[in-house]
Amino acid sequence: MKALILLSSLGVISLLAEIFSFKKLLYPLVLLGLTVAFVLNIGEWNTNVTYFKMMQFDNYAVAFTSVIIVVAFLWFLMAEGFFKDETNQTDHYSLVLFALVGAVLMVSYTNMTMLFLGIEILSIPMYILAGSKKGDIQSNEAAFKYLIMGAFATGFLLFGITLIYGATGSFSLEEIKNAIATSVSIPAIFYVGVLLMLVGMSFKVSAAPFHFWAPDVYQGAPTMITAFMATIVKTAAMAAFVRLFDTTFLRVEGSWVNVLWVMTALTLLTGNITAVFQTSTKRMLAYSSVAHAGYMLLALLSANSYSSPSILFYTLAYSIGSIATFCIISIIANAKGDDGIHSFNGLAKTNPLLAGVMTIALLSLAGIPPTAGFFAKYFIFTSVFVAGHVGLVLIAIVASLIGVYYYFRIIIAMYFKEGNHEEVPVDMNHKLLLIVIAFAIVALGLFPDSVIRLL
Amino acid sequence: MITLLLIFFPLVAALLLLFVKGQQVRNMALGAAIIEFAIVVFALTQYQHGNTTQFEVNYNWINSLGISFHVGMDGISLLMVLLTTFLVPIIILTSFNREYSNPSYFYSLLLAMQFALVGVFVSLDGFLFYIFWELALIPIYFICLLWGGENRARITFKFFVYTLSGSLLMLGGLIYLYLHTSGTHTFNIQALYLAGQSLDMAHQGFVFWAMFMAFAIKMPIFPFHTWQPDTYTVAPTPGTMMLSGIMLKMGTYGVIRWLLPVVPLGVQDWANVAIGLSVIGIVYASCIAIVQKDFKRLIAYSSIAHVGLISAGILSANVQGVQGAMIQMLSHGVNVVGLFFIADIIQKRFNTRDIASLGGIRNLNPQFAVLFLIVLLGSVALPLTNGFIGEFLLLNGVYQFNAWAAAFAGLSVILGAVYMLRSYQSVMLGETNSITTSFPPLSGSEKGVLLILCAAIIGFGVYPKPLLDIAGPSVVKLVDGVRLAMGK
Repeated sequence: MKALILLSSLGVISLLAEIFSFKKLLYPLVLLGLTVAFVLNIGEWNTNVTYFKMMQFDNYAVAFTSVIIVVAFLWFLMAEGFFKDETNQTDHYSLVLFALVGAVLMVSYTNMTMLFLGIEILSIPMYILAGSKKGDIQSNEAAFKYLIMGAFATGFLLFGITLIYGATGSFSLEEIKNAIATSVSIPAIFYVGVLLMLVGMSFKVSAAPFHFWAPDVYQGAPTMITAFMATIVKTAAMAAFVRLFDTTFLRVEGSWVNVLWVMTALTLLTGNITAVFQTSTKRMLAYSSVAHAGYMLLALLSANSYSSPSILFYTLAYSIGSIATFCIISIIANAKGDDGIHSFNGLAKTNPLLAGVMTIALLSLAGIPPTAGFFAKYFIFTSVFVAGHVGLVLIAIVASLIGVYYYFRIIIAMYFKEGNHEEVPVDMNHKLLLIVIAFAIVALGLFPDSVIRLL
Repeated sequence: MITLLLIFFPLVAALLLLFVKGQQVRNMALGAAIIEFAIVVFALTQYQHGNTTQFEVNYNWINSLGISFHVGMDGISLLMVLLTTFLVPIIILTSFNREYSNPSYFYSLLLAMQFALVGVFVSLDGFLFYIFWELALIPIYFICLLWGGENRARITFKFFVYTLSGSLLMLGGLIYLYLHTSGTHTFNIQALYLAGQSLDMAHQGFVFWAMFMAFAIKMPIFPFHTWQPDTYTVAPTPGTMMLSGIMLKMGTYGVIRWLLPVVPLGVQDWANVAIGLSVIGIVYASCIAIVQKDFKRLIAYSSIAHVGLISAGILSANVQGVQGAMIQMLSHGVNVVGLFFIADIIQKRFNTRDIASLGGIRNLNPQFAVLFLIVLLGSVALPLTNGFIGEFLLLNGVYQFNAWAAAFAGLSVILGAVYMLRSYQSVMLGETNSITTSFPPLSGSEKGVLLILCAAIIGFGVYPKPLLDIAGPSVVKLVDGVRLAMGK
């Protein structure tokens, strides 16, 4: 909660920076603020305080808030250029910070209204940020598409919430849970509401068949914003999804589990298969992010004691891996003016560091041991296995093998293809960040227990 | 402690080598590999002969999943580690023949691979075994990708995906066993044995296939061998040697340690099919080897034939078969490294490996001809060479399982003699031609490697007892356990 208040005030302060002209100080201030927020948040571990029956900072919320803050910190380190190059700097700071506030709400709500507010507080800044490259027609298209699709999703979600309210007479998760536990016959509109919410949330996590917006928006938006959407937005949306379906709606599992089964299989296959045919690395990662949503849905589907720890680990492993890849893609795309796979040709010779970190990050995304991504997949597959969806595990294994194919296209390009022999210039900050991330990926792979046993 | 040292010393050496510039890095790599061999020799002196697991170390690693860093060596593991650490310095020495670009990466990857291979052979935790199994794949993939020959991107990628699919199936099998361990789930090897043996025959059959696929692809067994000839041919020679000399043994070792005792009934149920495939592979690969024009490719196919016999021997699940397999793994490791090195020596001098276009090298360098002949005789299993004892025991083991299978498997000896002696005839004997005009004398490192290998071939062939004694009791114990579970 303290972290939430701090983040909100940071957002307001950034708005004031333009007026009181301390724009230069803002960047260090935000990094400091995030560090303090992280510490404050950790302090709430095991306190389990409920606020006005609206939000509850249980360990689940604290753990996911920590992941969000850590990833946001890494994101700011990566995205320094995004705030320097553009006009409206302070607006960007505050939009990002407000989006983080929304993300924290989404992992800690205990009331449908807070879920809705969280999603909107997260989404509205993202609509604007997706279009923040004002002169670029693709960026505009991305913002517009994201807004329209997002509005649709919100509509579904709101409609679902309304029907559930109609059936149970409450927005509170606790009361809804009690209502369906005690009621003799649950009204049909309740099930309709659950399915509508399922659709709405699937839009937000870009699960097939509601993923069509993702590739266009990811490709059109500025790379830094794409990275933000692929990591923090996805983490928050998945956490919200699990909080809703694996606790409150668990009792009516029968009504949504088959739908989700099919959606998960579709997400895994369409995401991975379509990624194979992409030539732009950014678009490939967009489809791969759809595929990763599929893996996370696996854990949601298993709905057992393994679900939350495995999603926590997965979002962390996936987010830091993605930050590294997006960072490198943006460096390459800036230097060569193109983010196609051929831009990576010969990178191992010119920039061994970039190639090395990219390899580790891609191996992690592909799920090869001993990286974090391997354990992430391992935990998720085990939880689904325990839940008894063996068919889905097989589909997921085939999907991961397809994943190896397209991630390795970049690795092969870097090590095997001949490129022009010009070294790509890299900032010291970015170098440092990438080294830290590479170590983190390996460390998480060697000691996954440190995160897994938290929940 | 000594096991930890054995595992991590190559890794530390590999990381340090990254910071060394220039060609002297290969001397340091050789030094590191020799030190590692010395550690194993020290372990041998400390080893109490018997059937117990020694040098055991057990740390908690991932408590919430029952995964521990549990390593140790019984006779079987020790023999495999001995093979690994004996071959790696030799493989590094063979690479002195050529200059590799970015040598520090090259040797670092070789040692990193040794780290993973030793890890595979000493793991006593199913999950740890899987991790090392996968870790071994990454260095060799990069060795083949960065220093390989023509078409390497496509071929090495096929190799990677092929083996990765197998490993994922094995992981599935391991997780299935893990979920069937009693009490708190654990990946401890003994718990997995109990879990596997408590399954009924049909379920053991599923686990058998999930795990056997991984091993069959790694060895490789017909019809999962299609990645192998291309990869062996395209890889740089030290990579080929690592693949055939040591990495292949991961598969056979896996069957001994992680298949027979885990699902004895599954093995019993499916042995007909699996041994059938192995024997088909022997005949098929031998026939293809006979018509090969490329010497390196011929050795690759001969390797499929040899490993088919090893696999058939192990799956017969009797003492002779498994003991024979242990010996043959050592012999095959030594012989195949020798053969690939000879192919490399010839290619370096004439820029071709085409058997038909060579000839008369014996006239140019009789010394090389003798050394080649010794390696070749070891490979065709002539008595008093190392290949003989292993093949004899293996055929004996397979015969106890099924006489017909043994009859066809026995063809491997005859066909092996055919393709090996024919290629020797064509390459070494006869008159020199326009390509083989001169043969620069063997360099010191070349001579050294061939002499060590020949000494090993003859020494092991004449007096194999010390090595047999290392693994013997452990093999008997393991096979007895398996046969008991099979109800024999």
